[in-house]
Amino acid sequence: MTAAAPLPAPLPRPGGTRLLPAGTGTLLRLALRRDRVTIPVWVAANALMVLSMPGTLESLYGTPAARAALVRQMEAAASLRAMTGPLFGDSPGALTAWRVGVYAALLAAAMSLLVVVRHTRDEEESGRQELTASGAVGRRAPLTAALLTAALANGLLALLVAAGLAGQGAAGAVALGLGVAGVGMVFATAAAVAAQLTESARLARGLTAAVLGAAFVLRAAGDSAAADGASVWTWLSPLGWVEHLRPFAGERWWVLALFAAAVLAQGTAAYLLAGRRDLGMSFLPTRPGPAAGRLGTAGALAWRLQRGALLGWGVGFLLAGAVYGGLTEGASGLVGDSERAREIVERMGGGTGLTDAFVATTTGMLGLVAALFAVASVLRLSGEESSGRAEPVLAASVGRVRWAAGHLAVAFGGAALLMVLAGAGFAAGYGRDVPGVLAACLVQVPAVWVIGGVAVLLYGALPRGASAAWAVAVAVLLLGWIGPALDLPSAVLDASPFAHLPKLPGEAMRWGPPAALTGLAALLTAAGLAALRRRDLAS
Amino acid sequence: MTKAISVSGLHKRFGRTPALDGLDLEVESGEVHGFLGPNGAGKSTTIRVLLGLLRGDSGAAQVLGRDPWRDAVEVHRRIAYVPGDVTLWRGLTGGEVIDLYGRLRGGLDAGRRAELVERFDLDPTRKGRTYSKGNRQKVALVAAFASDVDLLILDEPTSGLDPLMEAVFRRCVAEERERGRTVLLSSHVLGEVEELCDRVSIVRKGRTVERGSLAELRHLTRTGVSAELATVPEGLAALPGVHGLDVRGDRVRFQVDTDKLGAVLRVLGEAGVRSLTSAPPTLEELFLRHYRDDGPGGGPDGGGGTGGGLDRDGGGTGGRDDSDGLVDGPVAR
Repeated sequence: MTAAAPLPAPLPRPGGTRLLPAGTGTLLRLALRRDRVTIPVWVAANALMVLSMPGTLESLYGTPAARAALVRQMEAAASLRAMTGPLFGDSPGALTAWRVGVYAALLAAAMSLLVVVRHTRDEEESGRQELTASGAVGRRAPLTAALLTAALANGLLALLVAAGLAGQGAAGAVALGLGVAGVGMVFATAAAVAAQLTESARLARGLTAAVLGAAFVLRAAGDSAAADGASVWTWLSPLGWVEHLRPFAGERWWVLALFAAAVLAQGTAAYLLAGRRDLGMSFLPTRPGPAAGRLGTAGALAWRLQRGALLGWGVGFLLAGAVYGGLTEGASGLVGDSERAREIVERMGGGTGLTDAFVATTTGMLGLVAALFAVASVLRLSGEESSGRAEPVLAASVGRVRWAAGHLAVAFGGAALLMVLAGAGFAAGYGRDVPGVLAACLVQVPAVWVIGGVAVLLYGALPRGASAAWAVAVAVLLLGWIGPALDLPSAVLDASPFAHLPKLPGEAMRWGPPAALTGLAALLTAAGLAALRRRDLAS
Repeated sequence: MTKAISVSGLHKRFGRTPALDGLDLEVESGEVHGFLGPNGAGKSTTIRVLLGLLRGDSGAAQVLGRDPWRDAVEVHRRIAYVPGDVTLWRGLTGGEVIDLYGRLRGGLDAGRRAELVERFDLDPTRKGRTYSKGNRQKVALVAAFASDVDLLILDEPTSGLDPLMEAVFRRCVAEERERGRTVLLSSHVLGEVEELCDRVSIVRKGRTVERGSLAELRHLTRTGVSAELATVPEGLAALPGVHGLDVRGDRVRFQVDTDKLGAVLRVLGEAGVRSLTSAPPTLEELFLRHYRDDGPGGGPDGGGGTGGGLDRDGGGTGGRDDSDGLVDGPVAR
């Protein structure tokens, strides 16, 4: 009997082409169907942020003289460049690329890494891919479909940016659009590699996000070291490549080759890995754990579940604090018109006195990022509930509030710990005014808690809409990073709890706002827990 | 006959843990093959290898005459798979998922899909998150039975189904066989296996310990005999194949190796039989015999049950308790 005998003629491929692994088309449609809301929201928010820039920047720096002064200022002020990157031209377009290029790229990267992990490792971890992969689906089809989904999203974003900014100069608009989308694809492929290496989607997202954070800090360090972005640190960061493209300032198109090379290299690595491994497995064999466990309470369980993530965030905050602390040194060596420099920093949300303003702004940024941790940590509750893992715990002698309290203790305590670590790193890097720096970090904590409280309330009252807490956190993040530059009305800026904090160390400490915010956070949390006690548990 | 599935000497380890340790499996085209074994025996690992989701470390595996890892896509066009625990996307309806799986296989028979949705009493308009476990299972079953394929691989497919739906499932499998399709059925529902399967393979600790038709397997085990005799013959206990003899007056109870049954019955006949019941081993007994850890050190589930009357190697007769109950089943003939 030969092996070939029993096979009848193969059926026609269901909607596939020879170029792509079998089933890619169907999986791509599945991914687009599942992301039909999320991707348009990400792309639209990002494009809106970029496209609203030229108008506001023109109103802020209306005259050529004002813009020229800004350029001189940026050349002189190392710590300012650390925030946004160097400024290569004085056209409204160049100003736009300078002010939001890095942040738009950061958002595109976040979107891309979430999309790719959601359609690769998430599917494997949940077990859904076992059934999809039993169909006529190539081993690399899920990865291909995920990368195509990310490519479509980034392509759409590039198109919107290019079309929307075309009035400022077509070449620059295209360069900025491609640069932003290029960073998106670099991190889409980075996430694709991470998704092959880890067994957990959460870890894959965490690893890629850590790389993204490192890229942001590297670029900041590089930009502060060299006025023209020539530092090797900037070259090492994909976020720095957006600057190197020089949109609206004599575009350097060859930089696009860097994006292409990175995407190609990482994509190839992911493809090689994807074709070689078992479904649901990683390359690191799982080691056996202890046969007996000491976990005995819901709180201990929450800590056990979250400690790894907290450790990762903690290391990140310590390092980011240290780097920014090191950059602060450079701020004192400032020359030129310090009046204008201070104004720029103020527009970034800082206070008075340039070094103090820099400390206030960077610690504020770290606070905004800590809010993301708070939301992620609070929403563990939601994940535990919707996956059905909460049910047996709550069916044991554990009340809902006690169960939730374990996770909330990690969320709120962890957020405070992160800011302490950031402060410690900052103090170590800066080496001066340790109490002032620590205070600047710690004063952020109440505002972080408010965002955490919002997440608790959303989770308790609207369990299915709990992920709206991410939208709140990202909105506050953007308000803090971009809002001042947009010259938004103060009523809008004040919607962020961070806007009410005293700008330490420059300003005098006011105890009223942090106390009020702490009270508000407690109120939100209590309301959320009360709602949680009353509602049905999602199954 | 051709082989739909042919596995020999398959090994697979996860880190240091061996999952498959030289497993063999032969499934003929057109048969319904039962795939049995205790939890952790390697059934699901085998199935994942057959689906090309895992790659065996060594040994050979062929599905529909092809290599399941290398030719995964080609093979999968002609396979439908139902896992024991179906996970759905929260936002997609059952109907959307059925069509998706159909599209990902060789295609879907629309008429059969509608008929199956009706028979399984499934509401295809509900979202994935609102389905109960049984209903999620139905989604995968409808998609599998409505798919235009040659081989169905079902891994504990009826977990969570109510008895009514389980009956529908059995009819569907019977129909599949009539249509000439091959089914590999991994199940712990013994009645299901007994009713549906032509042949079974029993695996333990990653190896195949028994395979054949149910009749063949029964032949290898002991039949429980209870008889009322005119006189109890001398040396009954010494007859080859007789185990655990219990004599109470003129009533005898014992187990006998099924291949020695004829010889023993002749002895009984000569002694004058007044009444006789014999209980053939049920599938459950087959299972228990193989699921037990009968290693020399005593298995994890040792205790009183380990010395059960079905030990073919007959070791430890001294400690044997013949009223173990395994053979004194309710089945009488």
